[in-house]
Amino acid sequence: MTLGIVMLCHTALDRAAQVARHWAVAGCPVVLHVDAKVPAAEFGQLQTALADLTKIRFSRRFACEWGTWSLVEASQIAATAMLSEFPEVRHVYLTSGSCLPLRPVAELRAYLDSHPRTDFIESVMAGDVGWTVGGLDLERFTLRFPFSWRRQRKLFDAYVTVQRKLGIRRRIPAGITPHLGSQWWCLTRQSLSAVLESPDRAKYDDYFKRVWIPDESYFQTLIRLVSAKLESRSLTLAKFDVQGRPHIFYDDHRQLLRRSECFVARKIWPHAEGLYDSFLAQTPPRDVQPDPNPTGIDRLFSAAKDRRLAGRTGLYMQSRFPHASHGGDTCAAPYSVLAGFSALFENFADWLSRTSATKVHGHLFAPDRVEFAGNETVYAGGLSDNARHRDYNPRSFLTSLIWNTRGEHQSFQFAPADAQPIASFIAQDPNARVSLISGAFLVPLFQSNRNFGEIRAEAARLQKIEGEFLSLLRGPKTRARVRIWTLAEFIESPMAALQSLVSDIAPRSEMRVTEVPKLVDLQGFDQFLQNLRNQGMQLTLLGDLSAESGNAPRDQQPNRPYVVR
Amino acid sequence: MKLDHAFAIGELPTKERNWPAMWRAYRQRTRRRHLLLRAIRHRRELTPVANRTGAIRKTDILCLMTVRNEALRLPHFLDHHRRLGVDHFLVIDNDSSDGTDLLLRDEVDVSVWRTAASYKASRFGMDWLTWLQIRHAHGHWCLTLDADEILIYPYWETRDLRALTDRLDQLGREAFGALTVDMYPAGPVSASGFRQGDDPLQSLDWFDGGNYSVQVQPKLRNLWIQGGARGRVFFSDEPRKAPTLNKIPLVRWSRRYAYLNSTHSLLPARLNEVYDVTGGESLSGVLLHTKFLPTITERSLEERQRGEHFANGAQYAAYYERLMNNPTLHCRTSTRFRGWRQMEAMGLMSRGGWL
Repeated sequence: MTLGIVMLCHTALDRAAQVARHWAVAGCPVVLHVDAKVPAAEFGQLQTALADLTKIRFSRRFACEWGTWSLVEASQIAATAMLSEFPEVRHVYLTSGSCLPLRPVAELRAYLDSHPRTDFIESVMAGDVGWTVGGLDLERFTLRFPFSWRRQRKLFDAYVTVQRKLGIRRRIPAGITPHLGSQWWCLTRQSLSAVLESPDRAKYDDYFKRVWIPDESYFQTLIRLVSAKLESRSLTLAKFDVQGRPHIFYDDHRQLLRRSECFVARKIWPHAEGLYDSFLAQTPPRDVQPDPNPTGIDRLFSAAKDRRLAGRTGLYMQSRFPHASHGGDTCAAPYSVLAGFSALFENFADWLSRTSATKVHGHLFAPDRVEFAGNETVYAGGLSDNARHRDYNPRSFLTSLIWNTRGEHQSFQFAPADAQPIASFIAQDPNARVSLISGAFLVPLFQSNRNFGEIRAEAARLQKIEGEFLSLLRGPKTRARVRIWTLAEFIESPMAALQSLVSDIAPRSEMRVTEVPKLVDLQGFDQFLQNLRNQGMQLTLLGDLSAESGNAPRDQQPNRPYVVR
Repeated sequence: MKLDHAFAIGELPTKERNWPAMWRAYRQRTRRRHLLLRAIRHRRELTPVANRTGAIRKTDILCLMTVRNEALRLPHFLDHHRRLGVDHFLVIDNDSSDGTDLLLRDEVDVSVWRTAASYKASRFGMDWLTWLQIRHAHGHWCLTLDADEILIYPYWETRDLRALTDRLDQLGREAFGALTVDMYPAGPVSASGFRQGDDPLQSLDWFDGGNYSVQVQPKLRNLWIQGGARGRVFFSDEPRKAPTLNKIPLVRWSRRYAYLNSTHSLLPARLNEVYDVTGGESLSGVLLHTKFLPTITERSLEERQRGEHFANGAQYAAYYERLMNNPTLHCRTSTRFRGWRQMEAMGLMSRGGWL
């Protein structure tokens, strides 16, 4: 009772020879199918290299093309040769020239001996599989595919579309249910010969000749008719990337492959010297022989797929620069944009930083320099505080800052006096948390020691800018989370607003705001506003401030609005 | 926001297929053929010193470069890229006087040409390189580097260029992008003791991890990345002039291709799209830039005097001035180099879906 290996080879024949020798020396008969496209000289070399081994045969050669019937034909011929030439063979294992046995052959034999009647072949109902590339699963069996997917992709796609539109379908032969699965199987003599010697074989062959990628469905479907005991999984570890190309294993995968405890892996890079050396070394079988367990590898591969397809959100670099519609309009993590707070409170950034235990910057977009937290001149990742540098590409500046500090919530002050080009990006960034007190920009003007004419002009300018920012935030494209208070509303109940701000920044902390930032002295602010109005300015963003504060003069109760309960 | 010069983050439009686009494609074709003609005209400036190109086999990976007085860096450069699997180096020696030619002449896998002609007039060496590419690189994977660039990419220690290019072939990609990262010492640039043959990364082991400005140039749709240590220290006031850092050093070459502007971009323009636009990441590498060895100060003096390095040398007077004054590039937020996995995690390069 033994195991026979069928190898389908088309490139790297020296590696195929090495692996074939490994199997043969361990006592497994090997039948090699070499692609007819391989030049005669190379084939001759392979034959010579294996000439000293008695258990090696070469089957009739077909020219194989990916996704076509020729691959099934090659497996049929080679498997038939195996069954007739080596009557002692009980399990036939189909492998490729770039497969590598990962465990001692004796362990595989022992495993098969403990499952003497079992066919190991992945065989999944065609409608149920989720992994087919291009979305063709059941349609592989019902459409016609006269064009090569690799060489005539447009014709291939067009012909599929036409057939779908016209509703043309092939009839699936009675009695079979389409199944799909990995093409690398290990079948018992009984099952395999039942498939190959079936009285209906000519009928099935005719049908499968026009199925797309029949090597993933011929045996997988027909085995269901004959198998006594079937385990729907492949003993070969074979992984595919998002485009359906086989993943390749390199020297640095040695530990990974070893830990997987799989018997055979595909596909091995032909120059992976280390893998061939270590896995083809003759090692004795171990006492404890674990079952194959590729979950670790599965996890890694799905992470790699994710990296390739989804990438890292908020990273803009040399090989990732997405369209806005594909996540090209966001930073890596949530961040807070605080407008108006630093005008109303003294040392607001310090206070917020202490209260929320996060980084709070000053005005990152201040016109003269970048006000990083702690007054740094160069910040995370080497970001310069130079305003020109920032203004050259403000989006890169902001996305870099948030990327460089991921894991640590960032907040910064933003005011109408700051460089505004970043505003549209902030407004449409779903990671932005904008909290804005409209009209607060008037407070620094009120405190400033400038001529009133200048103040009047500046107030008008800033009001216009803030108005634009507000309409941006209220616009249809805005995806930032926005909270807006008028100055009047805010002064009405500042504690609630501050509390919501803090819990927004540090959501997990149960912190209640106890320490209160100091409101700037607003004595005389009413008169200041009245003066602006008297100069002909219409104050539109303040809310209903004057009426209320007129009733309760601020000089008597300077700290009234935010009493801590 | 409107950047007048390029597509900013979030503004990359979808590719158009209309008359203006076709006209632009036609203009680029004319431009490319003009560049190829230039290269053919400049071929006479090259005199072979050691021509071993007969030994190049069909599947060899080539490395092309123009050098001038690089005897200090070359031994390590050759070691590193040999280890990566470069089969043959094709080097143009632009009038070196420090023994560079002697050093290269006897290497069995190096072919050397010499020229005393103007670097600037040859499009900063690109005309010469293009000629060698037409002549020898057709069909090969071809690495075009400067002597102060060290290519690394995901898994480079265990997977050589053959593995990388097989992977690119498998993905159907013809070009591979790499970001230039300025490497610098912990103190002033002249402080490190560097001798010929040393690994420059022993002393230049710091870099800027996250201050790169990224945008896309509309015409060729190539990336335009600036920043890094040079951007931060020398070009903070004029960031637009800061050196371009994105390169496309590895290309499966065709004799019809031509680099346009150093190796930052090339024609045909489709080769410039080494970045993913659908949110995913594609495979990319890093060129560790070893410009800031102690010799930088004297070199800058010489370069400024020769005026062969920038189209408009006068603009860069201040830059050279500061380079000559033994600057310190290291700052509080510099990052110490620990290998490709670190740079991959920081997002300076990406393994894409390569596992």
